[in-house]
Amino acid sequence: MNRVLLTGNSAAAWAARLAAADYVPAFPITPQTGIIESLAGWIESGSMPARLVMFESEHSMLAAAGAAAATGVRVFTATSSQGLLYAMEMLYATAGWRAPFVMVNVSRALASPVTLESDHNDILAARDSGFLQIHCATCQEVLDAVLIAYCLAEDARVRLPVLVNQDGFLLSFTREPVALPDAGAVARFLPAFDSMGIEFRASRPISQAVAVLGGSPYSYFRYQMQLALQGAAGVYDEVAQAFASEFGRSYPQVEAYRCEDAEVVFFMTGAFSTRARAAVDRLREAGQRVGLVRPRLFRPFPAAQLRRLMSGRRAIAVLDQNISLGKGGVLATELASVLYGMPEAPLIAEFIGGLGGRDIAPEEFYQMAKVALDAADSGITPAPRMLYTETEMREMRKLQSIAIAERHELRGAP
Amino acid sequence: MLRIRLHGRGGQGIRTAAQILGSALFAEGFEVQDAPRYGAERRGAPIVAYVRAAHAPIDERGTIANPDLVLVADASLFQVPTAGVLQGIGARVALLIATTEDAAVWRARLALAGPIFSFDPGADPAHAATALVGAAARMLGVIRREILGAALGEELRGLDVHKQRSSLMRALEAYDAFGVHGGAVGEAADASARDYTAPQWIDMFLDPVSIAAPDLHASATSVQVRTGAWRTRRPVIDYAHCHRCSWICSTLCPDSAIAVDADRTPRIDYDHCKGCMVCVTVCPAHAISAAPEPRGESPPAALPGVAA
Repeated sequence: MNRVLLTGNSAAAWAARLAAADYVPAFPITPQTGIIESLAGWIESGSMPARLVMFESEHSMLAAAGAAAATGVRVFTATSSQGLLYAMEMLYATAGWRAPFVMVNVSRALASPVTLESDHNDILAARDSGFLQIHCATCQEVLDAVLIAYCLAEDARVRLPVLVNQDGFLLSFTREPVALPDAGAVARFLPAFDSMGIEFRASRPISQAVAVLGGSPYSYFRYQMQLALQGAAGVYDEVAQAFASEFGRSYPQVEAYRCEDAEVVFFMTGAFSTRARAAVDRLREAGQRVGLVRPRLFRPFPAAQLRRLMSGRRAIAVLDQNISLGKGGVLATELASVLYGMPEAPLIAEFIGGLGGRDIAPEEFYQMAKVALDAADSGITPAPRMLYTETEMREMRKLQSIAIAERHELRGAP
Repeated sequence: MLRIRLHGRGGQGIRTAAQILGSALFAEGFEVQDAPRYGAERRGAPIVAYVRAAHAPIDERGTIANPDLVLVADASLFQVPTAGVLQGIGARVALLIATTEDAAVWRARLALAGPIFSFDPGADPAHAATALVGAAARMLGVIRREILGAALGEELRGLDVHKQRSSLMRALEAYDAFGVHGGAVGEAADASARDYTAPQWIDMFLDPVSIAAPDLHASATSVQVRTGAWRTRRPVIDYAHCHRCSWICSTLCPDSAIAVDADRTPRIDYDHCKGCMVCVTVCPAHAISAAPEPRGESPPAALPGVAA
């Protein structure tokens, strides 16, 4: 096994190369740019027989990705944050075309204000678009998820685009050991794209029938996508099984870490989940029955697995690295909806943390577990909490005092 | 787990330095993670990089708040609060500074309980990072000399042969010079879940919109940010050869840091020149050259509260 140090961005680029992607429409945005730089380098040097085209925006890039997938070639693209939002109209459009391709999103918090670091409001904004979503926690997962994503996207029972998400900085710029699969094994796992009739050719001008006017046919097509997404969960299991037998790495829809007898579990997605894993180990050493439940597959949402995994727990500490302004954490809401009506459903303690890349300390994980357990003991659901310390507030007040002094100065006030 | 934090400025090769250490530790059989962290990417801005190494898979990622070893490639960063050089430096943390001053001077200046080491980075600040890597590799006590050499070769393979060779020489010199400090770095225990200080979380409350909205309006604020502090090299005009063309360097300077006098003589505003060297490359008379940033002259610190 060829084990090398790769960043999440390199891992994503390697996956596109190993998947023998034919076409890469691109537009640069930090922290995704490294993916496109690697692919551009390989294509330029001839080590990857593909075509890369730079577009004037992510919106056009997505239109090209969907159109190219409809010619029957394998398409890879990547974006991040504001770029994903700028492309949003075309996300819905290309999913409706039932165009199978893979896009990596490198999570970065959304403006305003601006930060370059990760949270999940960007990828979650694409939650309802018709793309499948796989959320990664390690660089190895990024590589493997892209390969799995092609199998899913191109399966005739699914035929929808797939978003693979990795966190900016925490994965995109972080090198860690990654097993680089052998090209022959990848070809066995992921055969050439069989487009089954979706094959535009420049020499044979045709148009694809997508426009539908009227609610009734519209409802039909939209619900067909819903059913395809729901069915994709079963297809995912088959693909993950095939992946495990070829490469020996197993990726169930939901990671359940040390959950066997857990009273309290953390529930979260993305790269910081590995910090939760470390916290689970420390909490176990301290004699506490704590585990981690982490959905890899986010769309379709793994409702059945979650109901099974959450059954019998006393409390769940949900850590949302996102915020639906005016409501709260998206994961907490989604989880509550699948647990609703379940007899003796565990209590949910809701936390918002890691917005804009804010760190989450080990002690904060320990404390979240404690809050969740105390809540289970008392039977009272705690108010949602944003992880924010006195020290942070003091620093914030210092910044604000400078701003206030400046404002007085600028207005000529004393 | 070994936790190493590197501080420097964009352009000094801090990310590469972290990768060299990462590759060397990986080659020595460790599980490794290395990562840079920075704001808007630009030369001279403070940059941090992290290296973790352990004999088991590494689940921790992101910021290293409790390092075992801190490397500082540019001592002027101590003056920049947002660079966070001193974060988490307790009594057991080893600090290695690239500076012409003696470690004793820094011990007195910083008043830290932990061991402080220094070395002279030489005339070119661009070499500081490679030398730091060599010294750090020796201090860790787990990287063999030939493994360090191989890791350098791997990470610098994009450079020309001459630069590779001089970097290797600098790193190995530092490695040899730090022989007496072999094994100077200890490993901190993981934060225990049995006995920990609970985070002092606050309940967030609603502030008046007058301070919670970004309603602060001013013009020409960039004049007040001394971006000259970001420079690792400076452009120097040789007035004997300047043609007084009056416009090329001043027009193409991306920061408008070159003004032209009434007699057509260009003047560089070193308070704001970031050292991008565009002027050096475009001057048709080849009258501008790149020089190392003079030593002993503290660049102005960034204003507090200005994001790095």
